[in-house]
Amino acid sequence: MRIKSGLSRQLSQRTAFGVLLVATIAVVLVTLFIIVRIVISGAGALSWSFLTQPPTDAGKAGGIFPALVGTFYLMLGTLILALPIGVLAGIYLSEYAPKNWLTRVINLAIINLAGVPSIVYGLFGLGVFVLMMNFGMSLLAASLTLACQALAMTITTSREALLSVPREYREGSLAIGATKWQTIRHIVLPQARPGIITGAVLAMSRAAGESAPILVVGAAFLVPGLPQSPFDRFMALPYHLYTVATQVPGMPEDNKWGVALVLLVVVLSFNVLATIVRLRARRRRV
Amino acid sequence: MGERVIEGGIFLASLLAIVVLLGIVALLLRQGLPIFSYTPPWAFMFGTRWYPVSEPPTFGITPFFVATLWVTAVATAVAVPVGVGCAAYLSEVARPAIRETVKPVIELLAGLPSVVMGFIGLLLLSPLIQSMFNLNTGLCGLAAGIMLSLMSLPIIVTVSEDALRAIPDEFRQAAYALGATKWEVVRHVSIPAALSGIAAAIMLGIGRAIGETMTVLMIAGGALAVPASPTEPMMPMTSAIASGIGNAVRGGLQYQALFAIGLLLFVMTLAVNLIADRVLERQKRKFAR
Repeated sequence: MRIKSGLSRQLSQRTAFGVLLVATIAVVLVTLFIIVRIVISGAGALSWSFLTQPPTDAGKAGGIFPALVGTFYLMLGTLILALPIGVLAGIYLSEYAPKNWLTRVINLAIINLAGVPSIVYGLFGLGVFVLMMNFGMSLLAASLTLACQALAMTITTSREALLSVPREYREGSLAIGATKWQTIRHIVLPQARPGIITGAVLAMSRAAGESAPILVVGAAFLVPGLPQSPFDRFMALPYHLYTVATQVPGMPEDNKWGVALVLLVVVLSFNVLATIVRLRARRRRV
Repeated sequence: MGERVIEGGIFLASLLAIVVLLGIVALLLRQGLPIFSYTPPWAFMFGTRWYPVSEPPTFGITPFFVATLWVTAVATAVAVPVGVGCAAYLSEVARPAIRETVKPVIELLAGLPSVVMGFIGLLLLSPLIQSMFNLNTGLCGLAAGIMLSLMSLPIIVTVSEDALRAIPDEFRQAAYALGATKWEVVRHVSIPAALSGIAAAIMLGIGRAIGETMTVLMIAGGALAVPASPTEPMMPMTSAIASGIGNAVRGGLQYQALFAIGLLLFVMTLAVNLIADRVLERQKRKFAR
């Protein structure tokens, strides 16, 4: 390294840190700009009837109630299907799994599931749930597809939450004669609950925002009435936004931004909820 | 007895991850491979014409493959300097208070759904790009790539920052003891030591960009020609699947061809993720104490 004078070293430090700061500020500003812009432009379209009425005139007028309900069902379906399996698998990996090839394969599978593109999950759902299992283009097929996609996240967060419970807790319980399962059930799981909930909430937020898989397995733009059974087709917010933004000529601007705002609020409120759960748990433990 | 049943159930649940992954592979192979008896793999990969409904149909996916390369290249070119810079700032320079303020914002960015990114790109970015570059349409690979960069930024920042923070402080202190300035420590000690972790972060970002669907479906333009530059409208592999699958006859040639694209996409992202995972594991072991 060439030896430079102290002054020029100070100067190059100033410049370099300035550049890094600019990069950081850019990320923050762009993120806030996107959110603020959607809030400002979408607020005009928001009204009680927009949230509680079905769309009319090919989505150009009326509200988005069925899409809101559809997204709610999808989140619920994903939670019911992916959370129990995620917790059970997390328990296995943190409490039981021996250090052998099978455990390595399971962990590898989880890492790779997390990286599979969402449209590929769509193809999987189409092939397996819609056609092979004959559920048709339906709420059930879409929930199962989204649950498969959420699995990696619910397993990972459960496993990490369980692993972070100190070993002394388990030892204390075993020492007073509890069985392994009793220890897990009554000592370890309650301690890990905030972490598990955080993961579940994030998985629901993800499911609410996903469009590519449900576009393949059964979301529809306009469905008369609300879904009456899991085998019905459904509307969903992200798919509705995609359609009003790209497929409907003469769509009023206001309406588009309104849909974007509602989607954003649903998705981000769950994100924020997850953050709050995590922060509160961290504060309590310290 | 009851305990045994529960433990059995726990074991079975953990196998489900493998079952789903193998299921995806099996399905993509079963539905996708038959296309190769109609179009040989070579012609499928390097054919430049995608005419699924003409008589006879032709299935060449070079236009989609090249489009994916373009949008991913743009996304990477934007996201890597910004993302690594941001990570270096947060881990090496920023006061804790600033770090704790910026991190939730990055989590917010990670939480924005891809259809919202597509929407913003469609309404705000692509008109801007159209007038800046004097194009016929702002719906092009460049616009899609820029929006994609925002979607791969969070993972690049998070994983790079973790890699930087995992460097033992003794490394930095040794350099300070030799009279290095803070920037010299960052530049010559922290970043080189964390380089493999940063490389893994970049790969994960690339994997994200390759697999992203809605954003490119909405703003990449959807043209079927092989794109010669990022300012042309194009159709990456993900949007080819998304826009074609609704019209494809189940089990027909086009259906098979779309699953074969899905297979290629799966293999590409799998490779990227496996390598990134390997690199991260090795990095973790290097500094484990």
